[in-house]
Amino acid sequence: MTRKTGFKDTISRLFIGNAVPIMFIILIAFAIPLSGFSSGYLIQEMVTRLGRDSFLVLSLLLPIMAGMGLNFGIVLGAMSGQIGIILVTNWGISGVGGLFLAMAVATPLAVLMGWIAGVVLNRAKGREMVTSLILGYFINGVYQLVVLYIMGKIIPIKNSAIVLSRGYGIRNAIDLKGMRQSLDKLIPLKIGDIPIPVATFIFIALLCLFIWWFAKTKLGHDMRAVGQDMAVAEDSGIKVERTRIIAIILSTVLACYGQIIFLQNIGTLNTYNSHDQTATFAVAALLIGGASVVRASIPNVFIGVILFHLMFVVAPVAGKELMGSAMIGEYFRVFVSYGIIAVSIVLYSWKRVKERERARRSLRGTKEL
Amino acid sequence: MTEQQPLLHMQGITKEYFGNRVLTDVTLDINRGEVLGLVGENGAGKSTLMNILFGMSVIVQTGGYTGSVSIDGKEVNFQNPFDALKAGIGMVHQEFSLIPGFTATENILLNGEILHDNIVTKIFGPRLKTLNLPEMRAIAEKSIELLGVEISPDTLVAEMPVGHKQFTELAREIHRPEMKLLVLDEPTAVLTESEAQVLLTSLRRLAATGIAIIFITHRLQEILDICDRIVILRDGQVVKEVATSDTDIGQVAELMVGRSVSAKSAATEDYNESTETILSVDQLWVDMPGETVRDVSLEVHKGEIFGIGGLAGQGKLGIPNGIMGLYPAGGAVILHGKPTRLNDPAAALAAGMAFVSEDRRGVGLLLEEALDWNIAFTAMQAQNKFLRPLLGGLIQWRDDKAIQNVATEYIKALDIKCTSTDQPAQELSGGNQQKICLAKAFAVQPDVLFVSEPTRGIDVGAKALVLEALRTYNRKNGTTIIMISSELEELRSICDRIAIVDEGRIAGILPPSATAKEFGLLMIGKVKSEANSHE
Repeated sequence: MTRKTGFKDTISRLFIGNAVPIMFIILIAFAIPLSGFSSGYLIQEMVTRLGRDSFLVLSLLLPIMAGMGLNFGIVLGAMSGQIGIILVTNWGISGVGGLFLAMAVATPLAVLMGWIAGVVLNRAKGREMVTSLILGYFINGVYQLVVLYIMGKIIPIKNSAIVLSRGYGIRNAIDLKGMRQSLDKLIPLKIGDIPIPVATFIFIALLCLFIWWFAKTKLGHDMRAVGQDMAVAEDSGIKVERTRIIAIILSTVLACYGQIIFLQNIGTLNTYNSHDQTATFAVAALLIGGASVVRASIPNVFIGVILFHLMFVVAPVAGKELMGSAMIGEYFRVFVSYGIIAVSIVLYSWKRVKERERARRSLRGTKEL
Repeated sequence: MTEQQPLLHMQGITKEYFGNRVLTDVTLDINRGEVLGLVGENGAGKSTLMNILFGMSVIVQTGGYTGSVSIDGKEVNFQNPFDALKAGIGMVHQEFSLIPGFTATENILLNGEILHDNIVTKIFGPRLKTLNLPEMRAIAEKSIELLGVEISPDTLVAEMPVGHKQFTELAREIHRPEMKLLVLDEPTAVLTESEAQVLLTSLRRLAATGIAIIFITHRLQEILDICDRIVILRDGQVVKEVATSDTDIGQVAELMVGRSVSAKSAATEDYNESTETILSVDQLWVDMPGETVRDVSLEVHKGEIFGIGGLAGQGKLGIPNGIMGLYPAGGAVILHGKPTRLNDPAAALAAGMAFVSEDRRGVGLLLEEALDWNIAFTAMQAQNKFLRPLLGGLIQWRDDKAIQNVATEYIKALDIKCTSTDQPAQELSGGNQQKICLAKAFAVQPDVLFVSEPTRGIDVGAKALVLEALRTYNRKNGTTIIMISSELEELRSICDRIAIVDEGRIAGILPPSATAKEFGLLMIGKVKSEANSHE
């Protein structure tokens, strides 16, 4: 009797524990045949998108570890990265060299942005997620001021390909000719017809290794302590606020690199829009991977990126096939990603209620006997 | 100095808070390996004295102190608790400060981790050193072993019973080799009797290694059991310093309160036995963390004081919290023959029950509000008392005058020490706060009153007054009182019948005249058979 309920319990716990990824697997299982895509195409897409997005999603892990929730503020890093790319393009430096130079130029900016975000979030303890979201909107205004007026007026921009004809301000779209897939194709490899972005994957692997190692350092350990109980951490002499700021700075800098990797894969920079969805999509991907507001791991990142992008590729076409309208496809993309975040957060709360109920069931005395 | 220099010497400590003198010329010595008991009523100055020793910021912010503190003959003036820690003085607080998701090892060495060097450290500084877990584990193990208890260093704190958490906390303080003086503030408050015994034994072992211990507790028997010397504070002065062997519990209690503590009132002389059931509880379960109730059925008679006792963590606290709707509960609760709705505090109050919570700072009081508000709050919210209809009953207006009156009345009746009814509740001492909680429940004029741990954390003198207030209220108004307490003697002194809870179930109900042995068997007998059933 006890063994049987134990087994049932394990199964239901497994299901509840992974409700989000399981739900998306089911959805995708329906959508793939509807869309009519070949498996070869889907695999190729997934390989590309893993290379494109994983770095950005990984940048969300450290703030979760430090108990600061989902860092919507990674757009700050994304914007820093874009400024780096604009400057490097202006200087006419291309190839992988240009890519790394863009990273180097953007790093101090990302550190500054991360520090600002960290200081602000320290004043909004317990409300980090919504604060970082709004902070992203605010800094977006500053960013637009910089690229629209200051670039060309104060910061000299000579490259006519990127500057507006009036002489200042950056064009809406910048073709990253020299940088396009420079990292992806640095080490060329093809399996069948599918090109593998080996160098990008190495980069991502190194980051995973770093995160794994970082969790074992004193700083990473302190972050976990701060994430679980700030008061206790403070009492034991850990500098709580400083640790939180470091977590956000690291996240912002990694997001900055992530955005540069993302853009070299796309090959075009939409000066005013590229960073718009960075945080939302990264957060959606991580949540779909089974992470929650307080718990996220490296496997969550990769499962999430694959599931999210499968949905992303398949859903519009499936929607079009179902509804017969091309507009439906575009609508579906937005619907899916915002819907995912809402559903994930609701499911997360539901999961907690379920867990509590199960714990309560064990309390009932005679009825079970 | 004489033959031996004391480890800690506090000389002529005087401290004023805003012109209010809380410590007057306190002088205190403690030697290595000595266990010193520090006793005194709430507000006697124990906490202030310890705050001075640890250099807490509250002391500096309120103008410092006069007098001197020296360790090993050298005068010190700590600016913060970390300075004190470096000098080898540690403190174990009443509340746990542990990280729940960390193991015992990680908690014991929190922010004192053993670290490896690596290449990165040279560039980015010591915070990128990696943790040396095996060595940390070894230190934690040694520290736990020194206490003479068995806790796996790999257990997560979240999964530990309360007692183990307390030991983990203690192990954290003593793992430091420089530890010389340990201050324990009510370390046994959350422990069961058996756990407390183990803790006392551990402390003796520690003292034998040369660590000096200052032990603060309200449980006088514990002080007598383990301390070498007792220092009794009253109103900010040392009234007596005495070797344990030269005194007894009566003398210490008397010195503490400054008046003779009257012998326990023989319980039920004026109790007219009623068998009319006012409240019956059937198969109640309550999901209260750490105080789980599994299956409780009982009947309470009208007009009696019904006691519920038992060891900590067995579920006695869960019973009132569940019935009053503060924690998720199931089963049936029948009041006046009518079932009440569970999981709904408003329904419980409306049905005529009131609750004085054991968590008086959290649930019991609006700490920042004035006393009159506190007293009237529940009655106003749940029963629309103290409200004046305005515009023909369209708007309900607060009747401040009535609130004031009722507050003044209870403050007088319960002898609550305060400056006025406008004083914020947080400024009162523990005992007076408890009386405010009682007044608040009395103001509801309930049929059934639950009182949970009414004397927890308050001093001997106040205890007697609180119990007396309960008893008077019961006898005068015929209110049925259900009192939950960890202190058996207290239950026996005022209850008409006493139920003992064990493992979330009622182990038995006894009259107060039953012997301590009978009660003890109910508490412990079940514990043993439970240990076997845990496979």
